[in-house]
Amino acid sequence: MADTVAEAVAKAHEREWAFVLAATARVAADLDLAEDCVQDAYAKALVHWRDQGVPARPGAWLTTVATRRALEQRRHADVVRRKLPLLMPDPVEDSDGVFPDDRLRLVFTCCHPALAQEAQIALTLRLVCGLSSAEIAKAFLVKEATMQARITRAKHKISRSGIPYRIPRPADLPERIDTVLDVVHLVYTAGHTAADGDELARPDLARRGLDLARMVRLLLPDSGEATALLALLLLTQARQAARVDAAGQLVLMEDQDRAVWDRELIAEGLTLVHEALGWPVGRFGLMAAIAAVHAEAERWEDTDWPEILGLYDLLLACWPSPVIALNRVVALSYVDGPQAALRVLRSLADDPALATYPYLASTRAELLRRTGNWTEAVAAYEEALAFTSNAVEAEFLQRRLTRGA
Amino acid sequence: MGKYLVMIYDDEAKWAAAGPPAEQANHLRHQEFAAANSAALRGGAQLGESSTATSIRRDGNGGFVVTDGTFAETKEVMGGYYLIEAADLDEALEIAKQVPSPMGGVEVRPIVNGG
Repeated sequence: MADTVAEAVAKAHEREWAFVLAATARVAADLDLAEDCVQDAYAKALVHWRDQGVPARPGAWLTTVATRRALEQRRHADVVRRKLPLLMPDPVEDSDGVFPDDRLRLVFTCCHPALAQEAQIALTLRLVCGLSSAEIAKAFLVKEATMQARITRAKHKISRSGIPYRIPRPADLPERIDTVLDVVHLVYTAGHTAADGDELARPDLARRGLDLARMVRLLLPDSGEATALLALLLLTQARQAARVDAAGQLVLMEDQDRAVWDRELIAEGLTLVHEALGWPVGRFGLMAAIAAVHAEAERWEDTDWPEILGLYDLLLACWPSPVIALNRVVALSYVDGPQAALRVLRSLADDPALATYPYLASTRAELLRRTGNWTEAVAAYEEALAFTSNAVEAEFLQRRLTRGA
Repeated sequence: MGKYLVMIYDDEAKWAAAGPPAEQANHLRHQEFAAANSAALRGGAQLGESSTATSIRRDGNGGFVVTDGTFAETKEVMGGYYLIEAADLDEALEIAKQVPSPMGGVEVRPIVNGG
């Protein structure tokens, strides 16, 4: 019985945290107070559910307990006058005990453009996903005290500068949605390929990114880019198991065992890509379309490179970024050959944004290897090695070097 | 409701290069801004150029060091400000975006203690 209750509480934490906190924040008018009340509600659940059984709607139970406590605290401490401006008209439950879904407010507050991007990411993981500062610190390999300070500073800015707890005006919505999608994308990519450390990926962070993408799509059903982002993450995640072999070594897409690709994720991702194409296509729509072309190729040799190159051209036009330009070079090398790609790559090499980007050197190395210019390829592999901080990627480059042309 | 200070930071060299007609045009734009946002405005002024600034620092021994010039050496210097009242930061930013600042930009800071 005890285990069933602990499990139910853990499940409610994972599934309902954002909903409960978002509803409580509206009443508490303060994020810290809201967090305290929600944590308290989860602690009470562990005790009460043991005696009374797990309620039919755990989220509603937790929200009732947390909001009630928030109201009590406000009455006691008059927090409202001191702190402020999250304040919303009092809630909340309708006659059926149903709380309004305030998660979108919470997401937009955490991803407010007046906060630095790393603060947006930290706040989203803490307040929307319910991770502890220690967990977030671990995911980004910073000290817990550093992460705690980052979160405290961000919350302080929210309350002191008056960042509102509401959904932006329609005129601001497209820009604000982009900020949210960026944060979700960054959470996923930080998990998909760890910038440093001994393992290629941080699966838990990638899963959180996927969960966030699912939630955001649900909350923003009219955003084609939100649908596209979920599609992109699903199609990327589908290849995850094939990216590392049994010995923990990196496997390029070219050499991946496509039987290992997750067909369920691919099917869901492809459906969503088609859905997203019903809206004006943006950055994530194009990235998802590229991932879809890869997913649809049964073998590496079947990849439709002209199609991918065309999509990269469109992507580069709507999202001019040196990293996208570099990926386009790879596609170009399979359409016009590695020599042509190397020529374009040379013009990118001057971009200061790519100066220490390890994939610039490793791409050049791969292209040189394919043209048979092994001497220059070696120098490029060595340069890439100097810039990468991920042990699995470094090991891959080392292997390329020792195996030779 | 909270009060916010909108500080206008401009590159004075650009103003010098642009000359008086540009300044006159800018004055007109500020008048238009003030008229359009009169409900939110609580004050505002243009400051003399940074060459007229005097900075005072404590010398640590109970005295002061008075120096010619602005407090921090930067290319963009504060050339004027508006004090506005807004429901929240979003509303304040919305107003601040309308402040003419063709040679730079603005910084928005909340006034502490309800102002």
